[in-house]
Amino acid sequence: MEKLISKYFVEGKTFSLAEYEQDGGYQAIRKALEMKREDIIETVKKSNLRGLGGAGFPTGMKWSFIPQNTGKPVYLVINGDEGEPGTFKDKYILRHAPHLFLEGVMIASVANNVHKAYVYIRGEYVKPIQILKKAIEEATAKGYLGDKIFGKDYKLEIVVHRGAGAYICGEETGLLESLEGKKGQPRLKPPFPAVVGLFGCPTVINNVETVSYLSFILNRGPEWFAGLGSEKNGGMRLISLSGHVRNPGVYELPLGFSLRKLIYEVGGGIPDDKKLKAVVPGGLSAAILSPEEIDVGLDFDQLRNLKTMAGSGGVIVFDETTDLVKALTVTMRFYAHESCGQCSPCREGTGWIYRILKRILEGKGRLEDLNNMADICAYMGGTTICALADGAAMPLRSYPQKFRKEFEDYIQNKEKQLQTV
Amino acid sequence: MPDIVEKKPEEQKPKMVKLKVDGKEVEVKPGTRLIEAARMTQEDVPYYCYHPGLSIAGNCRMCQVEIEGIPKLQIACHMEAKDGMVVHTKNDKVLKTRQHMLEFLLVNHPVDCPVCDQAGECWLQDYYMKHGLHDSRVNEDKVSKPKAVPIGPNVMLDAERCILCSRCVRFTDEISKTHELGIVGRGDHSEIQVFPGKQLNNLYSGNVVDICPVGALTDRDFRFKIRVWYLKSGDSVCGGCSRGCNIQVHTNLDRPQHGTGRVKRLKPRYNAEVNQWWMCDAGRYDYKYHDENRVLAARKNAAQAFEETVLKEIAAKLKASKKTAVILSPQMTNEELYLARKLFRDELKLQHIYLASPKKDGFSDDILIKADKNPNRKGAENLGFTETPEKFESLFGLSAKGEVDGWIIFGQDLLSLYPKAREVFSKLNWSLFIGSNENETSKLAGFVLPSATSVEKDGTWTNFDGRTQAFRKVLEPAGEAKSEIHFLAQLGALVSSGWSAQTAEAVYQDLAAKEKSFPARSYADLSGTASAIRVQAAPTVPSLQQYDNIL
Repeated sequence: MEKLISKYFVEGKTFSLAEYEQDGGYQAIRKALEMKREDIIETVKKSNLRGLGGAGFPTGMKWSFIPQNTGKPVYLVINGDEGEPGTFKDKYILRHAPHLFLEGVMIASVANNVHKAYVYIRGEYVKPIQILKKAIEEATAKGYLGDKIFGKDYKLEIVVHRGAGAYICGEETGLLESLEGKKGQPRLKPPFPAVVGLFGCPTVINNVETVSYLSFILNRGPEWFAGLGSEKNGGMRLISLSGHVRNPGVYELPLGFSLRKLIYEVGGGIPDDKKLKAVVPGGLSAAILSPEEIDVGLDFDQLRNLKTMAGSGGVIVFDETTDLVKALTVTMRFYAHESCGQCSPCREGTGWIYRILKRILEGKGRLEDLNNMADICAYMGGTTICALADGAAMPLRSYPQKFRKEFEDYIQNKEKQLQTV
Repeated sequence: MPDIVEKKPEEQKPKMVKLKVDGKEVEVKPGTRLIEAARMTQEDVPYYCYHPGLSIAGNCRMCQVEIEGIPKLQIACHMEAKDGMVVHTKNDKVLKTRQHMLEFLLVNHPVDCPVCDQAGECWLQDYYMKHGLHDSRVNEDKVSKPKAVPIGPNVMLDAERCILCSRCVRFTDEISKTHELGIVGRGDHSEIQVFPGKQLNNLYSGNVVDICPVGALTDRDFRFKIRVWYLKSGDSVCGGCSRGCNIQVHTNLDRPQHGTGRVKRLKPRYNAEVNQWWMCDAGRYDYKYHDENRVLAARKNAAQAFEETVLKEIAAKLKASKKTAVILSPQMTNEELYLARKLFRDELKLQHIYLASPKKDGFSDDILIKADKNPNRKGAENLGFTETPEKFESLFGLSAKGEVDGWIIFGQDLLSLYPKAREVFSKLNWSLFIGSNENETSKLAGFVLPSATSVEKDGTWTNFDGRTQAFRKVLEPAGEAKSEIHFLAQLGALVSSGWSAQTAEAVYQDLAAKEKSFPARSYADLSGTASAIRVQAAPTVPSLQQYDNIL
């Protein structure tokens, strides 16, 4: 299988500007600068490139929503917060191929008439941030960024902003608030960021990985890219594979790649040949899949049909030894900790659920807890400003639904244990 | 301050938006929020964070309604009404969601109603009775947070009771623009705090207590004085400055054991054009004089006397000599000034009638507070009384020379305000103080008549804007106090024929017929909206009828 982004993932190596150019880099942006803005958007639309941060929104369509006649500048904001547990792909791109990413930022900027782009990166990514800053210096020195990029009459500045460790700042409007120096809390929509975004101006928000594919699309054509993936899901994406597999890591696979193959072929199967218990297919917020459900293609539409999501491409594998009650408790602790606290269902619900689960773990669970949790969960999702509560509701609904026996056993056996004590 | 009442140019009437709320057709202006559109059909969409005077936060999620064609429920405070929308505010899905939202809000709420000052006017209690009525499913420990934290001179914070609606934060950001409050922490550990080194001590801090829908922010002045369901409420107008904020006076008469003082607190009353939902702290906490240090009976030479005796003796003096000076003030009502003009200027033809302010100009801002601390200067001016300090101070020379030998003082403490007045006061033949509260002047005046305070009488004041506002008697006057209207009419009857006792409203009708600058309308019409702020946005007095059905 051909590698696109991941061919740069050479252990211990960062491709410098010279090395990247030697490899054919910075040609796509030169091409883009000769193209009409609308044509670039049309090309991206044809490529079926989807937002790879998690929502899977068609990138070209997103760009076409940006109003260009408001008299205000249009901003590009790159989301590199990469907060979804189980996801660690953007880090690889920034660390190994900063110029591939920068070229993508440049293309997205040109396509949207952007002259100032912000890159918001997870605060813990100290090394990748240093690498990216150095790459920006290199590009500026070369005249690839600045007042006249590539000698053309086009100004572009890229600002790197370091996050401060909140999951919710990966939500696009929470990210904008944080970028503006405010408390990271999602905004009420509408208005959507495309119209009123950063500093009240129209704003394009794209993921690090999404823009990193742009140069390939421009160089080799949208049809080629679209052909790599499955229907309406163009190209490749980086899958972060972790958990109980022999070869965890980041793998670049075409959209629609079989989950079973990912685990047993790419990932090398489960250590000690243990049995598979469950898989999280798209970051922690995705509903869990049982072993019977893994014959599915990893793309946005197929996984949605299974009532889960492709999300950020973080696949976490659980083998038969995994205590799913504990796993769900840890998961819910995360959401309780990361809920921004604005909306009552999420603020109160995530914490409440976590405390119920903790009680079950302590051996004080009751069977009605399971029904209560399902009911609470039903009203936590879909009732809030942002999708954090939905993200919490997905695992919360699916774990006890698909593995109810495990939860029941936990409650009943612990009761028995307590009685014997 | 933001202009709530939309004064749009008349040439372009916006096309109205037609929608259906629970099967009823509603027509609203474009841009109207669904929550307001639903209000027009009398449907009560519950909410905590929404406040028509503040920006939309959309965080309490109580006001979710179903809109046909949109799969998820939408918050009615944020959704704008659109043509052809079909909205359901009370179908099963909505009611069920509402109940769950309320349950979420109560998960970490301490439910310490028995010791909470908000009990009785708490939106959690009200909505629980109306939309909740569920059994608690919370078997977990609640998150503990600081309780009884004084965050400013007037406000006490109980972070556990807080539902984090952020109304108070938005108030300090958008209305007082003082930015003292913020929400710190995340998830269910979020709590309201004052920023480090700050205090909630702005000039409007009391308003956050009004708009706090729960017992998180309580009034340090009012806390634990009395249970709110013992309070009675009357509409009035604040006399603290020339703005004339519409207020409610909350009083306790039935439970004397709940501390001294009949007036327990003042609350703003909604008036779109005067004060909207707000009032300043200076006005809010200036109510103790209604119950303290009152002149309770008529006096002659410092000894209690019959009111008739005093009035007769004064009438005799007025008839005997024209050397009397009358000192009016812009604290008096239009009716009092009008009757005083009729009696002293038209009837008795007195030469020395003055208008003097007991309160000097002070602080002002562009929110509510006006520099002129007198409520009725405009009304006095409309009646021909303007204040000229030089002219007024010439009174002291005239009195020293004996050209004036008697003073009638309305309410103010002339002797403390003017050292020269004190010098000549002993040279006067006689003096009359008509006022509600004791001061240096009342102690030294030969005659004293006890008058009612503004909450004990009817009247009108004309504010800085020229708006004449009526206020009604909320309490019976203390002791033997009576309104100035009464004393003036009595004096009139004693010095001349054709005078009889009149109600303030009748005096006003008479006055409005003669003076063009006063609108010829009834008191009811001049009293602004009678609706409590609660109906508009903030909790004030509980409606007892609401509970009658339950008890």
